[in-house]
Amino acid sequence: MQTQPTSTVDPSEVAKFEAMAAEWWDPNGKFKPLHMLNPCRLDYITRQIAMEFDRDLGTPAPFTGLRLLDIGCGGGLLSEPMARLGATVVGADAAERNIPVARLHAEQSGLDIDYRHITAEALAEAGETFDVVLNMEVVEHVSDPLAYLTACRQLLKPGGLMICSTINRNAKSWLMAIVGAEQIMRWLPKGTHDWNKFITPEELYALIRSAGLDPVDRKGFVFNPLGWSWSLSDRDLSVNYVTASVRR
Amino acid sequence: MAQSTDVIIAGGGLNGSTLALALARAGFKVTVVDALPAERRAEDAFDGRSYALALASVRMLTALGLWDGLAEKAQPILQIKASDGRPGEGPAPWFLQFDHAEIEEGPMGQMIEDRHLRRALLNAMAVTPGISHLAGQDIVAQNRESGGITVTFANGDDLRAALLIGADGRSSGTARRAGIGRTGWDYGQTALVCAIEHDLPHQGIAHQFFMPSGPLAILPLPGNRSSIVWAERHETARTINALDDEGYLAALRPRFGDFLGEIRLAGDRFLYPLGLSLAQAFVADRVALVGDAAHGIHPIAGQGLNLGLRDVASLAEVLTHAQRRGEDIGAAEVLARYQQWRRFDTATLALATDGFNRIFSSDNPILRLGRDLGMGVVNALPGLRRRFIREAAGLTGDLPRLMQGRLP
Repeated sequence: MQTQPTSTVDPSEVAKFEAMAAEWWDPNGKFKPLHMLNPCRLDYITRQIAMEFDRDLGTPAPFTGLRLLDIGCGGGLLSEPMARLGATVVGADAAERNIPVARLHAEQSGLDIDYRHITAEALAEAGETFDVVLNMEVVEHVSDPLAYLTACRQLLKPGGLMICSTINRNAKSWLMAIVGAEQIMRWLPKGTHDWNKFITPEELYALIRSAGLDPVDRKGFVFNPLGWSWSLSDRDLSVNYVTASVRR
Repeated sequence: MAQSTDVIIAGGGLNGSTLALALARAGFKVTVVDALPAERRAEDAFDGRSYALALASVRMLTALGLWDGLAEKAQPILQIKASDGRPGEGPAPWFLQFDHAEIEEGPMGQMIEDRHLRRALLNAMAVTPGISHLAGQDIVAQNRESGGITVTFANGDDLRAALLIGADGRSSGTARRAGIGRTGWDYGQTALVCAIEHDLPHQGIAHQFFMPSGPLAILPLPGNRSSIVWAERHETARTINALDDEGYLAALRPRFGDFLGEIRLAGDRFLYPLGLSLAQAFVADRVALVGDAAHGIHPIAGQGLNLGLRDVASLAEVLTHAQRRGEDIGAAEVLARYQQWRRFDTATLALATDGFNRIFSSDNPILRLGRDLGMGVVNALPGLRRRFIREAAGLTGDLPRLMQGRLP
C-alpha cells in the first residue's frame, strides 16, 4: 500500500520516530519504557476486548474473528500479541521505516500481520472498518486531535471498541514525562513529547464524545519505582492513562 | 522442517512432570523429554525414598487435581521437634518444638513416598490433553533460532518450541548447552537415606537432631514407618553404607535412641553426597531452569522439592499470564520476570540452610552453647516460633497462585 501520509500527522513527529525505528524490539534499548509499560497496556487491552466481545482469555486464540487496527504500530509491540491471540491485525504507521522492521519481526515470530505505511485518515477514506481500534500513545502527537478521533470513529464497525491512551497535562506529568523520562532517566530522546499537546482525561472524554464515540472505561497507568514496574489504577490518572470507548 | 510445540521440558522427574501438568492446564502444548524409560518411572515397589511436602506444595498438588488420590497414602506432619545432640548423650536440655496447632492452616506438611507421587504424576500426564511424553529419550543439542529454539534428540529427530525448560537436575545438560555456569561447594558430608519400620508409633512427629557430624532427620511415614535422612562426613557415610543391614542398623540406633522401639530396614538404602549447586542464571535465550537444575541445596530442612515446586508454580504463572496477554513466552523480558521472582528466594534459602548446617554441624563448645541458647529463645517466643512454622510450611514470601491452591 503506497498511500501518502497526509492530514493530521505532524511531519516533524514522524521524523523523530523514524530515527528510532530499528531499536523497537530491544527491551533494553531506546524503547525500554514501552517494553516496561507493555504488560500493563496488554492487560488492559485484552481485558477490555474480552469484556466487549465476550471472549474467554483462558482459551486458545480468543480473539479469532476480530479485525483489529493498531494505529502507530511502530515495531509491532502490540500488533504481535494481538495476532498471537487470534485477531486479524492491520498495523498502520505514518513512519515508513517502521514497516519493514515490523514485517521482518513478525515473520521471525511466525505471525501473519498486515503492516501498512498509511495514516488513520487515509484508511478511513478507503472505507476500511474494524472491530477494534488500538490508539495507544498517538493522540498526543497529532496536530488536530478531533479530526483524528473522528477518523478513528469512522474506522470502527457499529459496536466496535477503541482503546486510547495518552498523557495527562499537569505539573506532575511535566515532571514525570518531560523532566523524568526525557531529561533525567533518558528513557526517551529529548523532544519526544511536547507537554502542550498533552490532554487531560476530561478533554479527551469531550473529544471522544464530539467524535461520536461513547467512553465506557478509564484507568491510570501508574509507575511504581520500588517494583520498577507499571500497574493499572482505578483512581490515579495523573500521568499516563487509558480509555475505552464504543461506537454505538 | 522440524515438528513444533509450545514448550519443551527436559527432564521427567517430579518438577518437570508437575510443570507439564500446570502448563497443559493453562492451554500450552508441552513435550516432556525424559532420559529415563517409562518403566523406571512407573516402578511400584517402595524403594525407601520419600518427600516432606510443605503445606504450600500440598495446596499446589491439590489445585492440579493430584492430591485427592494421594491424601490417603500420605502422613501428615503434626509436630516438628528439633534438638541438639551427640551420639550416646541424648538430647540437649534446650530443644525446639513446633506444633501445627499454632498456625491455623493445619498440618505443616505431608510425608509422601516417592513411588506414589511419581506414579500419580505419570498417570495424570498420560490423561492430560496437550502433553506428549517422550520417555527414554536424550537431548543431544539445542539451537537458538529467530523466534524459537530447536532441540535435537539422540535418534536425530528435531523438535522446535518457543521455550525450552531445563528440569534436568543439578548436572543439567540444558543449562550447560545454554552456557549457564554453576557455582557451589561440597559440604564434606554425604546423606544416608533409608526407611525404617519401628515397633512404637511416631504420632506424626518429625524429628531433627543436630549432630556434630551432620543432621539426622526422622520423618513419619504412614503406619509404623519413618524415613531417615542422616548426614555424616563422606568417609564415615561410605563406611556405614558398606556394612550389611544389621551393621547399618547398629550404627543408626545409638544416634537417635530408642523412643521408637525396635527398628528394621523397610526399603533400599541411598547415598547422596551433599553440596550446594547454584546456576549462575535461571534463564538464558529461550531457556529457563527449574528445580535442581537451577539450585541444588542442602536437604537439611527438606526444602529441595518444595523449592523446586515453587519454581514450577512461579514459572507456570509467569508463562500463563504472558500467554493471556499474547506475549511471546520465550521472550527475554518474560523470562526475566521469572528469574526476578525466584532468584532472591533461592539465594536466601540456600545461604540460610548452608549457614544453619555449618553452625549446627559443629562440636565447638561455644557454638553449641550459642545454638542451644538460640533454640531456647525461639522456643520461648510464640510469635517467632509461628514464623518458623509458617516458613517450614512454605507460607511466607510472594506466593505463586498455585501455592495458594489456585490455578494461575
